[in-house]
Amino acid sequence: MSIKSVVIVGAGHGGVQVAISLRQEGFTGRIVLLNDEEGLPYQRPPLSKAYLLGKIGESAMLFRPATFYAEQRVELIHDHAHAIDRTNRRVLLTSGGVLDYDHLVLATGAHNRPLNIPGAELAGVYGVKTKADADALSPLVKAAKHVVVIGAGFIGLEFAAVAAAGGAAVEVLELGDRPMARAVSPQMSDLFRSAHESWGVHFNFRCGVVALEGEAGQVTSVTITDGRRLVADLVVYGIGVIPNVQLALEAGLDVDNGIRVNSVLLTSDPAISALGDVAAFPCVQNGERYTRLESVQNAVDQGKSIAARLMGKAALYVALPWFWTDQGALKLQIAGLSIGADNYVVLGDAGAQQMSVLCFRGEELIAVESCNRPGDHIYARKILARPPALTPLVAAAQGFDLKTWEAENRR
Amino acid sequence: MPTINVIEHNGIAHQLSADVGQSVMQAVTFAGISSMSADCGGACACATCHAYLDEAWMDRFPPVQETEDAMLDIVPERRPNSRLSCQLVLTEGMDGLTLHLPAAQF
Repeated sequence: MSIKSVVIVGAGHGGVQVAISLRQEGFTGRIVLLNDEEGLPYQRPPLSKAYLLGKIGESAMLFRPATFYAEQRVELIHDHAHAIDRTNRRVLLTSGGVLDYDHLVLATGAHNRPLNIPGAELAGVYGVKTKADADALSPLVKAAKHVVVIGAGFIGLEFAAVAAAGGAAVEVLELGDRPMARAVSPQMSDLFRSAHESWGVHFNFRCGVVALEGEAGQVTSVTITDGRRLVADLVVYGIGVIPNVQLALEAGLDVDNGIRVNSVLLTSDPAISALGDVAAFPCVQNGERYTRLESVQNAVDQGKSIAARLMGKAALYVALPWFWTDQGALKLQIAGLSIGADNYVVLGDAGAQQMSVLCFRGEELIAVESCNRPGDHIYARKILARPPALTPLVAAAQGFDLKTWEAENRR
Repeated sequence: MPTINVIEHNGIAHQLSADVGQSVMQAVTFAGISSMSADCGGACACATCHAYLDEAWMDRFPPVQETEDAMLDIVPERRPNSRLSCQLVLTEGMDGLTLHLPAAQF
C-alpha cells in the first residue's frame, strides 16, 4: 500500500527531522506533526547553556519559522496523543480529535527522572527539559548565591558551569566517584573535574540527597547522605531521563527500556516507526544490542533514515553515534560509543585543556573523546566510520596524530 | 533586513530577507532551502551548513576559528572561501551578500 499520510508524535529533533526529510525526499502526502508543547518546535541543547546564559534568543532555537510549516504543508498541531488505535490506524488526541495514518512515527522523547525525595516540590528546585524551565531558571541563576546541582552528567555540569560563571557558589552532588562517569573515560573525567574546580565548582562524590528543606515554600538547604546540610537558594537536578513509552506500551508495542525497533527503526507493528531518545534499536556500534541513545545526532540521523525508508530507499540504520557538550570554555566532542573500553591512549595535554582520549576495547578503536581538539574529533569520525582499523600500539607511538594517520591509511 | 543571495548547486537562486543578528545558516534554513541540513542547530558541531562565500564578502566576517577550521576539514570539496554558515552572523550593511551551496553536505 502506498503511504498517503504520516502522523508524527513529538516535535523534538527526531520528529521535526522526519517531517523535513520526507518533504526533501519528495513525499507529497499529508504530514501531521503533533507538538504537546506550546509554540513552534525548538531545539533543546541550548536550554542548559547558550540560551540560559542569554547568548542566544528564542528565535535562534527554533528549527524553522512558522512560514516553513505552512509552505511545506506540515500540519503542526498543538495537542497530545493519548492512544493509538492500531486496528484502524488512527491516533486519538486528548482534545477529542482523531488522526488517521498510513504510517505513524513515535518521537515522544523522554522526561526527566524525578527527584523522589522530601522537599522536591519546593520552589527553587528545577530540572531542565523545556524552554519554560530555562525561562524560569534564567533570572534565578543570575541572582543565586548558593547553587546545588544534583548529578554530574552532561546537563548538571553544563548548568554548574553557567552558575559558576554567574558568581554563585556551586556544590555538585554525584553518587558515582567522578563526573560524567557513564559517558567518558576516567582521564576525561579528571580534566573536567579540574576545570570545574578552577571555576569554583565544588564536587561531592559518592553523595546522594536525603531531603530538601525550605522556608515559606522556598528551598533553603539540602541534606546529603554524609549528614551535611548545604545551603541552597537554587537546586537543579539532572539525574537522567525516562523514555516516554506510555503511548506505545498501552498500544501493545514491544517496550523494554524504550520502544523496541528493528534495524530499520520499525516497531513490532510495521505501520509504526520510533526514533530518538525513546527508541531502543539494535546498535551496530554496541554489538547489535538494543541501545537507547539520547543525542541530537541519533534523533536527526534516525529521522533521515525513516524518511528515506518510507520513500522506498532501503535504510539500515548504522550511523556512527557522536555527542557534544559545552561547559565553560571546554567543548567536549565524542565519536563512537565507549561501552566496554578497557584500553586508553591519550593525545595532547590535559593541563592545557586540549586532550583526546582514544578508547579501545582490546585492539579495536571504539570511541574518541576530544576536549578542545575539534580536529581529532573530525578525523575520529572518519576513522570510526570505516576501516582501516587503528591499533593502540600505533596510536601510542611518539608524535602520532589522527589527521596524519587518516591521510596515510585512507585508500 | 539585509537581502542575501543564495545559489544552490543545481543553479537555483534564492533571494532572502534575513535579520541582523541572525546567522547565515538560520537565514538559509528558515527560508526552507533544503540543501543545507544544519543538523546541530548552530553549535559548530556537525559541518552540515557548509557554504562558499563570494570572495568580495570574505573579509566582512571574522576569520575562521579553530573549531570551524577543523570541521571544514571533513566537508566534501573544501575551498579557500568555504565557511560554516552558522558562524557567520549578519550585521548592518550586508545587503547583497552572496553565497553558493555545495553539491552535498557532510
